[in-house]
Amino acid sequence: MMASSYTAKEEDGHHSGSAAAGGPGSSKSKKPDNTAFKQQRLPAWQPILTAGTVLPAFFVIGLIFIPIGIGLFVTSNNIREFEIDYTGVDTNSPCNRCSQTYSWNISCTCSVPFSLEQPFESNVFMYYGLSNFYQNHRRYVKSRDDSQLNGDKSSLTNPSKECEPYRISEKKPIAPCGAIANSLFNDTLELYYIYPNGSRTLIPLVKKGIAWWTDKHVKFRNPPGNNDNLTITFQDTTKPVNWHKPVYELDPNDPDNNGFINEDFIVWMRTAALPTFRKLYRIIQKNKDNMTPTLPRGNYSLEIAYNYPVRSFDGRKRMILSTISWMGGKNPFLGIAYITVGSVCFFLGVVLLIIHHKYGNRNNNADIPN
Amino acid sequence: MLRRRINLLFGGDEKRVDSRTIYVGHRPCPATEAFIPPKFCDNRIVSSKYTIWNFLPKNLFEQFRRIANFYFLIIFLVQVIVDTPTSPVTSGLPLFFVITVTAIKQGYEDWLRHKADYEVNKYPVIVLEDGRSIRKESEKIKVGDIVEVVEDETFPCDLILLQSTRDDDTCFVTTASLDGESNHKTHYTVPDTEKDLQSLNATIECEQPQPDLYKFVGRMHIYKTDQEPAVRSLGPENLLLKGATLKNTKKIYGVAVYTGMETKMALNYQGKSQKRSAVEKSINAFLLVYLCILISKAVVCTTLKYVWQSQDGQDEPWYNEKTQKEKDTYVYLKMFTDFLSFMVLFNFIIPVSMYVTVEMQKFLGSFFITWDKDFFDPEIQEGALVNTSDLNEELGQVEYVFTDKTGTLTQNNMEYIECCIDGFQYRNSDSMSELDGFCVTDGPVSKLQQKAGRDKEELFLRALCLCHTVQVKEAGPDEIDSDQVDGLVSELSQPDEQRGFIASSPDEVALVKGAMKHGFTFLGLENKSMKIRNRENNVELYDLLHVLNFDPVRRRMSVIVRSKSGETLLFCKGADSSIFPRVRQEEVDRIRMHVERNATEGYRTLCVAYKQLSPEEFAVADAGLRDARLALQDREEKLMAVYNQVETSMSLIGATAVEDRLQEEAAETMEALQGAGMKVWVLTGDKMETAKSTCYACRLFQRGTELLELTVRTLEDGGRKREERLHELLLDYHKKAVQDAPPVKAGVTRSWSTANQEYGFIVDGATLSLVMNPSPDTNSSRYKSLFLQICQNCTAVLCCRMAPLQKAQIVKMVKNSKGSPITLSIGDGANDVSMILEAHVGIGIKGKEGRQAVRNSDYAIPKLKHLKKLLLAHGHLYYVRIAHLVQYFFYKNLCFILPQFLYQFFCGYSQQPLYDAAYLTMYNICFTSMPILAFSLLEQHIAIEYLLDNATLYREIAKNAMLKWGPFLYWTVLGIFQGLLFFFGVKYLFSNPALQDNGQVFGNWSYGTIVFTVLVFTVTLKLALDTRHWTWINHFVIWGSLAFYVFFSFFWGGIIWPFLKQQRLYFVFANMLSSVSAWLVIILLILLSLLPDILLMVFRKPRGPHARQLSEGSLLQTARSLPSPRCPTSI
Repeated sequence: MMASSYTAKEEDGHHSGSAAAGGPGSSKSKKPDNTAFKQQRLPAWQPILTAGTVLPAFFVIGLIFIPIGIGLFVTSNNIREFEIDYTGVDTNSPCNRCSQTYSWNISCTCSVPFSLEQPFESNVFMYYGLSNFYQNHRRYVKSRDDSQLNGDKSSLTNPSKECEPYRISEKKPIAPCGAIANSLFNDTLELYYIYPNGSRTLIPLVKKGIAWWTDKHVKFRNPPGNNDNLTITFQDTTKPVNWHKPVYELDPNDPDNNGFINEDFIVWMRTAALPTFRKLYRIIQKNKDNMTPTLPRGNYSLEIAYNYPVRSFDGRKRMILSTISWMGGKNPFLGIAYITVGSVCFFLGVVLLIIHHKYGNRNNNADIPN
Repeated sequence: MLRRRINLLFGGDEKRVDSRTIYVGHRPCPATEAFIPPKFCDNRIVSSKYTIWNFLPKNLFEQFRRIANFYFLIIFLVQVIVDTPTSPVTSGLPLFFVITVTAIKQGYEDWLRHKADYEVNKYPVIVLEDGRSIRKESEKIKVGDIVEVVEDETFPCDLILLQSTRDDDTCFVTTASLDGESNHKTHYTVPDTEKDLQSLNATIECEQPQPDLYKFVGRMHIYKTDQEPAVRSLGPENLLLKGATLKNTKKIYGVAVYTGMETKMALNYQGKSQKRSAVEKSINAFLLVYLCILISKAVVCTTLKYVWQSQDGQDEPWYNEKTQKEKDTYVYLKMFTDFLSFMVLFNFIIPVSMYVTVEMQKFLGSFFITWDKDFFDPEIQEGALVNTSDLNEELGQVEYVFTDKTGTLTQNNMEYIECCIDGFQYRNSDSMSELDGFCVTDGPVSKLQQKAGRDKEELFLRALCLCHTVQVKEAGPDEIDSDQVDGLVSELSQPDEQRGFIASSPDEVALVKGAMKHGFTFLGLENKSMKIRNRENNVELYDLLHVLNFDPVRRRMSVIVRSKSGETLLFCKGADSSIFPRVRQEEVDRIRMHVERNATEGYRTLCVAYKQLSPEEFAVADAGLRDARLALQDREEKLMAVYNQVETSMSLIGATAVEDRLQEEAAETMEALQGAGMKVWVLTGDKMETAKSTCYACRLFQRGTELLELTVRTLEDGGRKREERLHELLLDYHKKAVQDAPPVKAGVTRSWSTANQEYGFIVDGATLSLVMNPSPDTNSSRYKSLFLQICQNCTAVLCCRMAPLQKAQIVKMVKNSKGSPITLSIGDGANDVSMILEAHVGIGIKGKEGRQAVRNSDYAIPKLKHLKKLLLAHGHLYYVRIAHLVQYFFYKNLCFILPQFLYQFFCGYSQQPLYDAAYLTMYNICFTSMPILAFSLLEQHIAIEYLLDNATLYREIAKNAMLKWGPFLYWTVLGIFQGLLFFFGVKYLFSNPALQDNGQVFGNWSYGTIVFTVLVFTVTLKLALDTRHWTWINHFVIWGSLAFYVFFSFFWGGIIWPFLKQQRLYFVFANMLSSVSAWLVIILLILLSLLPDILLMVFRKPRGPHARQLSEGSLLQTARSLPSPRCPTSI
């Protein structure tokens, strides 16, 4: 259909002269070029995957994957992780009261005691985890205005339509607008180490370095203006409905962590992939002396300013303490998967070898190209 | 369609008038009161579809009439109107791309048509105006203009011949480009017109334009100042058709009667009906499956969404309130828009780009046929021609080959071999050397003088010299050589034969030349008298009184001549079957033996008879012929009656044998085709014996082949009624060939071993029409199915004595039989056009019988031997390529969209896309399109030489093997497997989203990007695994695509894009690469997804040139002994 429906008209022409009428190609009547491409004779590599060539590959894969898998598995197992659910669903759990008498205005605190069986060496990362929280819901994911968060002046006062219904409140534009910002996780978690003698000490939590560097430094920007006084910058806007305090008071002590570039905020704004997720909350730096573990064995108490309601949608809240390796957090999946795949490959290699040896040994020389 | 348009355009105002009046030279005539210049259309040919102004709307309209485009348009509109997960750009851009590419292609083709039209329309012609010759553009010719045409020019419009430079007021014309007849036809000027065209005052009244080339009725009124107007009748012999070429005549003048789109040629121009390939049908079937998958996915998601939402707190949790608009929407409407949204989200499963890629593959791929230098024939200086690229892959699917005999299997290059005069054989000893293999068994070969009486010899040779319609080319030797290209004259290069002959059939030339070898030379026709030079070098003159033309029904032709001595003689030559009943029986027996022997040797035989006409007899015949010629009605029938009456009681003087040599490598080609599992049917108009011997020579019939004959002869054997005998024979043959034959599985496994008895079937035209259209009382349909079953169980079928239409009938019958096998017709002549058009694939041979077959074919090749490579190599490769292309496209889109579907279960059925919009859009356009396109153009899973050497490989792809449901299922399962793997592999990884070594977590876009990266790499590497033929182009596009993906991802995530509302992918890709776990999971998943393929490849029987030793070896055993899954790609 594409080639030449127009050739049919060739004969109309008087120009065709007497001889050699025909298609447009042939009217020139040239011998086709003898090029490798046109004759489909381009030099080509013709790999043949036969049992003979694939067999070594299986063994090699097996030999590479199994050690990697073991390494991953061991690494993952060496990662200390502690997880505690503080939602307070259970009637006798400490936060049960808070979870029931929930109201946005009243701050409720509860404390959950726990003990670590093993010490946590090196840096410890503190996560909060939410379950059944659909941060990946489409309506939710798109409910943000990235140009507002990037410090665009006009978007600050006129947020994107996508932010509806969290766009305007009390006739003022919301900064930051949208459902994601509005539902910023606002529980405050504090960790106390309880000495065997009963006294307790607050473990210092670092709140920097929890967000992606590029997010913190490029993607999220405060609107231009007086950096020391964000109040003025945000004066024409109002706080998100569910927030206790405006965005410029997220961290009033540190101008580098206030406003849109507050790291807790940035972390929250990176929507999670699955309804059960964790987000980095704080980092517990390892001790300077490097002699004692960051979190020694013993009893701890998690003090929670319980603000964030999850029971209405059957959600759960968790606090996770974890050390981190080169592969990230604890996840046995990769190690197991690698070991499995490696073993399967190895096994297949053995099976193939047996088959090949049994039935195909007469063809061994056949792999030599003729 | 064109005709309809013309009717619309021009028919309107002329509807009521059934004739038109033309004023010759636009001169007003005294008879008519008022001279109103009538309005006719101008001489512009418009074959183009579009103009600059209507191109856009018209082209768009036509494109959106295609169901696929329309579907994508709907999706696009849904995205624009409804709030959908992906922006309209994601589906709008590919659609725009597709539409633009197609529009450019069609625009280009139309531009070419415009250009061709322009050339035709602007071609300079000479028009006589007021006594002066004026150069004009062809399109400016108006009806009534007097046009001058010189030799070898084509006529610019339909002309009534007024004047010719030839003395006898005739001109010669070939209509090869109109009807394929390449002989010279004589046309006559209007009798008794004035020589001075300037003073000619005349009108022509003729019928309105109609497409029949051979019909024309008109009247010419010639006005002279002092006389009554004279009336001359005009017939087709006065009409010169546009498109025909003037030959052997210096110059003619004619008046234009039909111009432009009203010419008979334009009215006959019709677009070929679209042939669709089996692959396209498969695509549509698969599409339907995917549409079902798509709809069911959308339905499942919509249902689950509302089930899920009905739970407490899930529909609208406090953190994710609905907008006011959403709250207000009616629930059922919301369900519907949700359904549409899901459709939009998953619509990528039906690949827009597949259509573009398939079209590009076909278009670009067809160039390899035209480029192939093996198809180049040095004799005609031409290669293969592709008229349609839609059927490339069909070349790999052919099950039945219908071939013409003359000019296709044989060269149609006639050579006089011998003659038989009065029962004595004369063989030209010169040509003996060329005739090795054909030995003469009876009678010594000796000089001409030693046999029959001298009188008889000379009579016979005179008959050969006189009884024909050959013309002598009146030109010097140089020109003769140049004119050879026309293919009319052969063997002019021989130095001793400088005379060029032109004839409608090569047999005639051969015979005249044969006579020349025996000393009688035809010198030409002058003033209605034929000159021949006899052995004594004396010139004899014969007045040519009548020519009783050849026609396929009579199968003979005659001339009536008067010698100088006043004798009136009728010479007749024709097929034995048509001559024998008309001569005295005792003469027949002497000659019949020779004729039959010659026929079995594969020669074309003609019998020559003569009759002396007494003056009375001649007077009767002459009157009868004249009357019949002038008859206005039933002229043909009347002529026929007179012919039959005259050609009786003749005496047989001899017979001739002319060899039509086999085409080069005809036997090898036929053998290869049969080896490839194709059934070859020879359909010919020739007689059975000749055709049979050709079949033997082509090795279509072998020694062991049992021939089942169903011809008039066998029917009349029993002496009973034909119908009864037919019934009996059919049942008998059916029993033999169908019932007793061991059960064979369809197509592929049909054994070609010699163990089975092979059958050849011979049927002739008369019997065929009995089978096809039996008398009403017999059980007709039964015959047909019996016949078909017999035919299908025979290795070769020979149908002789076929009319062109019967050829098409046979093709149609096979085409519509059970399993609808793919048919291919190959022929070279105008009589093959019907079967070429009827078959799935029509192949034209650029032979001697004009260009008609080539023009109507889908592919044209110079020689029969090229068919082997065209089918076994090109066809095979094209099929494999496109089949792989189609399967791969569906597969790659399935595993593209499946993770997105699965993601819905984890995002509250909210239509959240897993991938970023850029990825969604670019996946099919940029990341994965080029490798498969390159693959589908360059792949040679088996080397071409190997394909040619092993015809049986063709059987492996027979019956659309690679696009059956089995392979489709394999690809689909593979796609599902990989889709599941991608999604859940990454999901398990994300059970702890802290994947970086600084404890930071990944979000949903990282999730999508990891899945997408695995996806792009897997589908590309899957293709790499399937690629058996790695040229640098494959390397370039495969690795280039992957590199481009990586590069693009960096680039896309590296900048805050000012025009984007959301910076979703900002540094996502870079962060992903900084995570070791992401790397590890990507490698793992790619490897795991490819594992099934690698495994299959190991168990697969190795192919290709390297497999030569392996294939017969015991590795086959290995493959069999394993529970190896049948791999559809293992071609």
